[in-house]
Amino acid sequence: MTAQTMTTDHSRAVADGAHSHGVVPAGSRAERKTSFDLADIPVPTGREEEWRFSPVARLQPLFGEDLGAGGVLTTVVEAPEAKVEIVGKGDPRLGTTGKPGDRTAVTAWNAAAEATIITIPAEAVASEVTSVRVEGATKDATAQHLLVHAEHHAEAVVVIDHRGDATLNQTVEIVVDEGAHLTLVSVQDWADGAVHASSHRASIGRDAKLKHVVVTFGGDVVRITPDATFTGEGGEVEMVGLYFADADQHQEHRLFVDHAVPRCKSRVTYKGALQGAGAHVVWVGDVLIQAEAEGTDTYELNRNLVLTDGARADSVPNLEIETGEIEGAGHASATGRFDDEQLFYLMARGIPEVDARRLVVRGFFAELIEQIGVASVEDRLLASIEAELEKSMSVITGVAPVAE
Amino acid sequence: MPTLEIRDLHVSVETKEGAKPILRGVDLTINSGETHAIMGPNGSGKSTLASALAGHPKYTVTSGTATLDGEDLLAMTVDERARAGLFLAMQYPVEVPGVSVANFLRTAKTAIDGEAPALRTWGKEVKGAMENLRIDSTFAERSVNEGFSGGEKKRHEILQMELFKPHFAILDETDSGLDVDALRVVSEGVNRAKTNTDVGVLLITHYTRILRYIKPDFVHVFVDGKIAEEGGPELAEQLEENGYDKYVGTGATMA
Repeated sequence: MTAQTMTTDHSRAVADGAHSHGVVPAGSRAERKTSFDLADIPVPTGREEEWRFSPVARLQPLFGEDLGAGGVLTTVVEAPEAKVEIVGKGDPRLGTTGKPGDRTAVTAWNAAAEATIITIPAEAVASEVTSVRVEGATKDATAQHLLVHAEHHAEAVVVIDHRGDATLNQTVEIVVDEGAHLTLVSVQDWADGAVHASSHRASIGRDAKLKHVVVTFGGDVVRITPDATFTGEGGEVEMVGLYFADADQHQEHRLFVDHAVPRCKSRVTYKGALQGAGAHVVWVGDVLIQAEAEGTDTYELNRNLVLTDGARADSVPNLEIETGEIEGAGHASATGRFDDEQLFYLMARGIPEVDARRLVVRGFFAELIEQIGVASVEDRLLASIEAELEKSMSVITGVAPVAE
Repeated sequence: MPTLEIRDLHVSVETKEGAKPILRGVDLTINSGETHAIMGPNGSGKSTLASALAGHPKYTVTSGTATLDGEDLLAMTVDERARAGLFLAMQYPVEVPGVSVANFLRTAKTAIDGEAPALRTWGKEVKGAMENLRIDSTFAERSVNEGFSGGEKKRHEILQMELFKPHFAILDETDSGLDVDALRVVSEGVNRAKTNTDVGVLLITHYTRILRYIKPDFVHVFVDGKIAEEGGPELAEQLEENGYDKYVGTGATMA
């Protein structure tokens, strides 16, 4: 076996251009500090690698140790085959998916006194979607812990839906046992002022499959950090993300796929649109192929569509390869402006500008929406994209959008 | 009878060094049913005329007029011009990822006609037109122009011309890059449109070979941003033999 370490960094994606492969300044992702102990991971200054794109001042309420529990109301409507429990933090099923990797993750872990566990029993095939509705109740900084556990050879779809206004620091643990197939969707459809940090930590067992979907539309600051670790051979993870940022919104998605065992497959596809002054999206995709992980097959892609001036997209795919014996490893990242030639082409066919823009943006997301595979989520997503587009149309046409 | 009338048209393009004049006083009248070929060497402004008439934002009309049936074309937005009956078959059709050909055609047809086409007949019409242009039926579900070959893009342009039924169609170097078979298929499409709809055609080309398939009523030679000579089909034959040397001196040829 040949051993090699190859690292790439794209600290700023160039609009539709070729990207350069440099050296990661902060060292290997494998060496990043992780811990359950608050003292090990201090409050960030904003200069740290994992916080360098983040508005840490706006996230400050979530860095403290004294987070409450009353800021959100959580309602679970489970599939008849699934089981829901509320357990104390001492439950041994908690904390098996890895240690927190940043300040909000470690404060969320320590502050939550209870956890909600959703279990899909072994070999059960859930006949309905399990819905977890998280609704903002107050602005008090709140910690929440969820665990979704698909036991061996179970199959299920779980949708976590965030709405209203809240200041939420969340842990979502995802355990997919041998041969299980789980689709987990997290929708951030927050009201304007919401601040939300969420550490998703998934472990994927032998021959198991996780489809992990993140959809972010609302909120003031949303920062989601999904980690996926393979614990058995033949595992597969498909991570799909869509986001749409408006003026002054910060939406950050930082992924980490840890190929710790041989012959697993990962596919990451995130796409976002942004519009308005101060809209900022960040996508960081770290993939680590460890020395033991022969036969790994991985590909990650991020695309951003900038609809107006004053919006900013940061896109950083990182690939670390410690073994030469892999099936495939690649990544792509591009940030492009709205294409005036596309607009001209469609308008030259009689299509009014508003409709032409809608076609282009819907087209940008179309393939990814189909990939989600959960009809209710797809429909809502299309409606949300329409609503977002109405806002940018009002800039173009000079007509204010109808108040909700 | 619908008329496209261009009078003393001057057009500039925006460049880093400022506005650069391209068209320097173009006069042209096209009646419906007529086919006018505009021929000329590279850089003479042929394609600028096409883009400026369609309203491409890169080009600025500095003086002159263009009217369609007496209506001021230049005062209209790009989409209004299309709805008024103007069609531009583009030299470089643009890819629109995620928008299927079927969806695109229906959306455009609805916009142009002001009402959705009748479901029952529209499907058949599209299918028939695609068959005539040897476009495989699977193209209906593909994204507009994405991954199309050069010839497929041009056939897709003419498909639109046949389906949208414009009063005037500008074909901007539709023949360039086509092999003989594709050129014949595309030309047949244009001729069908002429027969079926009495469309006026402005055929912009560098070469004479397309004129063997699409017979022009008038030929205009474009040099340095205006029409240098006009005549009937016989003018194209002269160009075939002598090239553009007579108009531009040395350097430019028919290639």
